[in-house]
Amino acid sequence: MSFEYAPAPESRAVVDIASSYGLFIDGKFTDPAEGTTFKTINPATEEVLADVAEAGEADIDRAVTAARRAYDKVWSRMPGSERAKYLYRIARLLAERSREFAVLETLDNGKPIRESRDVDVPTAAAHFFYYAGWADKLEHAGFGPDPRPHGVAAQVIPWNFPLLMLAWKIAPALAAGNTVVLKPAETTPLSALLFADLLRQAELPPGVVNIVTGARETGSLLVNHPGVDKIAFTGSTPVGKRIAKDIAGSRKSLTLELGGKAANIVFDDAPIDQAVEGIVNGIYFNQGQVCCAGSRLLVQESIADELVDRLKRRLGTLRVGDPMDKNTDVGAINSAQQLERITSISASGEDEGATRWTAPCELPERGYWFAPTVFTDVHPAHRIAREEIFGPVLSVLTFRTPAEAVQKANNTPYGLSAGIWTEKGSRILAMADHLRAGVVWANTFNRFDPTSPFGGYKESGYGREGGRHGLAAYLQEGHAL
Amino acid sequence: MSARLDVRKTYKLFIGGKFPRSESGRTYEIVSDDGAFLANAALASRKDARDSVVAARKAQPGWAGATAYNRGQVLYRVAELLEGRRAQFVEEVAVGEGFKPKAAEATVDAAIDRWVWYAGWTDKVAQVAGSANPVAGPYFNLSVPEPTGVVVVLAPQGSSLLGLVSVLAPVLVTGNTAVVVASEKRPLPAITLSEVLATSDVPGGVVNVLTGRTAELALPLTTHLDVNAIDLTGALGAQGVEWGALEAEAAGSVKRVVRPPADDVEPDWTAPPNGPRRILAFTETKTVWHPKGM
Repeated sequence: MSFEYAPAPESRAVVDIASSYGLFIDGKFTDPAEGTTFKTINPATEEVLADVAEAGEADIDRAVTAARRAYDKVWSRMPGSERAKYLYRIARLLAERSREFAVLETLDNGKPIRESRDVDVPTAAAHFFYYAGWADKLEHAGFGPDPRPHGVAAQVIPWNFPLLMLAWKIAPALAAGNTVVLKPAETTPLSALLFADLLRQAELPPGVVNIVTGARETGSLLVNHPGVDKIAFTGSTPVGKRIAKDIAGSRKSLTLELGGKAANIVFDDAPIDQAVEGIVNGIYFNQGQVCCAGSRLLVQESIADELVDRLKRRLGTLRVGDPMDKNTDVGAINSAQQLERITSISASGEDEGATRWTAPCELPERGYWFAPTVFTDVHPAHRIAREEIFGPVLSVLTFRTPAEAVQKANNTPYGLSAGIWTEKGSRILAMADHLRAGVVWANTFNRFDPTSPFGGYKESGYGREGGRHGLAAYLQEGHAL
Repeated sequence: MSARLDVRKTYKLFIGGKFPRSESGRTYEIVSDDGAFLANAALASRKDARDSVVAARKAQPGWAGATAYNRGQVLYRVAELLEGRRAQFVEEVAVGEGFKPKAAEATVDAAIDRWVWYAGWTDKVAQVAGSANPVAGPYFNLSVPEPTGVVVVLAPQGSSLLGLVSVLAPVLVTGNTAVVVASEKRPLPAITLSEVLATSDVPGGVVNVLTGRTAELALPLTTHLDVNAIDLTGALGAQGVEWGALEAEAAGSVKRVVRPPADDVEPDWTAPPNGPRRILAFTETKTVWHPKGM
């Protein structure tokens, strides 16, 4: 039996996309000094959405200078209670314009409108609302009686949750009293540029937030600029290592939120239907392009066959396709480059002897697509069990005892997140103690909240975002000894 | 009547609860502040450094798995034993750092008191640095600090006991294990401390002490993939060591790094610690979610 869905497309008329965008520096959109631009496209259609400026050395210098001036002259002198009100304004404006942001995010990123509408944008607004309230309470946050901001924060964010990552970065930075130069990812700059328009409405003083677009070179220029005091980076582990190396000895403060290869562990007494939903949410949410994705399913041997059968049945009902359709579960891969990476690592899975299963679904002809995929017969040494794929690809491994589950789960240089599925409370708590991961979801997965610290162990990075812990990264007293 | 000839101590490394000589067979001469011969200390090799990391890793789950109350008692017991060895530490600090007896006594007393201060943190730090997070949904959500794992400590070059205690004790509080590179020129109090640790209830491998050239040992420890964090305080004043270069190497495996103080001067260790920050620098925050439902 199959259910047919009528198309339920979201209207893209709610958002105006300009044909070209400059750099948002000192409260104004300005042209880049060297006039270089790049195109951002809709990954679901390959249609060009806009030309975007590529910031070079002179532009970065201008942005950092503007941020410094705003810090010295305005933001560092403003009472926390006033900073708070700007942040509350931003939170409210984001909520008011949520439809616009959701549509733009889906067009530029390829994620289903249901996710940008229900997760990305409301969580971003909530993040600003949460940190707004910290701005005038910093001396009560447990970081000493006189916590001080760093000054100018350079923030480099990824393409998987463009607006949400912007919120995770900008909200605590401003609340703590820093000013910001933010670089969105080159494939998803549009929601950050629309956010600049929101800042105009909020009447945020010029230079407090500057947005510079570009690719890796722009990011490197930004983090290495001598006028930067604090760097926050979310992205791949190799790039994070590069940044840490580049700034070594400079005394710039650094927090890193890097890759992951999370184990989602299912015990034989788990609530199996909920576990199946949790596995699906864990690895197919946002097309698996999530650093904390549950990409390794560790299932207790006695229920492995049943669980995998049910999982496949469920995956057969996922609707893959037009991200603008409100019924879509799995949207487009963000870029041709990312699709190539997913395709190539998945090929290695077959080459190394794992068994590949692909969800039966029709993929659109244009755009970048990858059908939900499950690998069984996976050995811990396989690339698909070790490397971050950042796509809708699940590797299934089995275990017999809790100790083996812990050993396999921790057998990775990463340590960002983990999942546990069991009805036994004492086992949940003991497993949570033993898993070397910054976020442990028990009988749930991929939950995020502004009050909840997020970040990794080991090569998944250091520092936390969210909650009181997230403030520490933006205060000198947070880490200084 | 002739004066009795004293029996001198052989100063050795402390690895995995044992006191080996350096596998390299090398030693180097330790002299007092005014240049008199004191001892031949083991000149640890890269191999000794790697063995120390293995010992520290092996001991880490047990130490972290002990209850916070138990870790507190074990660390407090160390302070009791330090007190018993007070005279020896006073002598070593005095000759090594060139202190007059009164100043040396004050330094040793401060070191013992500092150890007691940190011992008391074991069962409090999670309450200060952890949190119950009020998420917007029907979920239990709790954040707790956990030890990061194996920590390399480049001990301060100047303050050979008080400085050492001030950087080592906070590492141990939450359940990390440590590989200490002792002050290059003043390693004797570190070795005596390891003798104290060996007769205390601190399990073997929780603290490992290497003596030798900081420049020779720091690099292999900084690039070691099974080390989670490094305290670079002792890079200051160490011959041939530049902390920025070590920080760059630490980036290769995303190690947590504690930099030397911003003024590039060894801190005044007699000042009270600035809260539990040194403890928290070697912790990871773990956040656990669970749904609520009837």
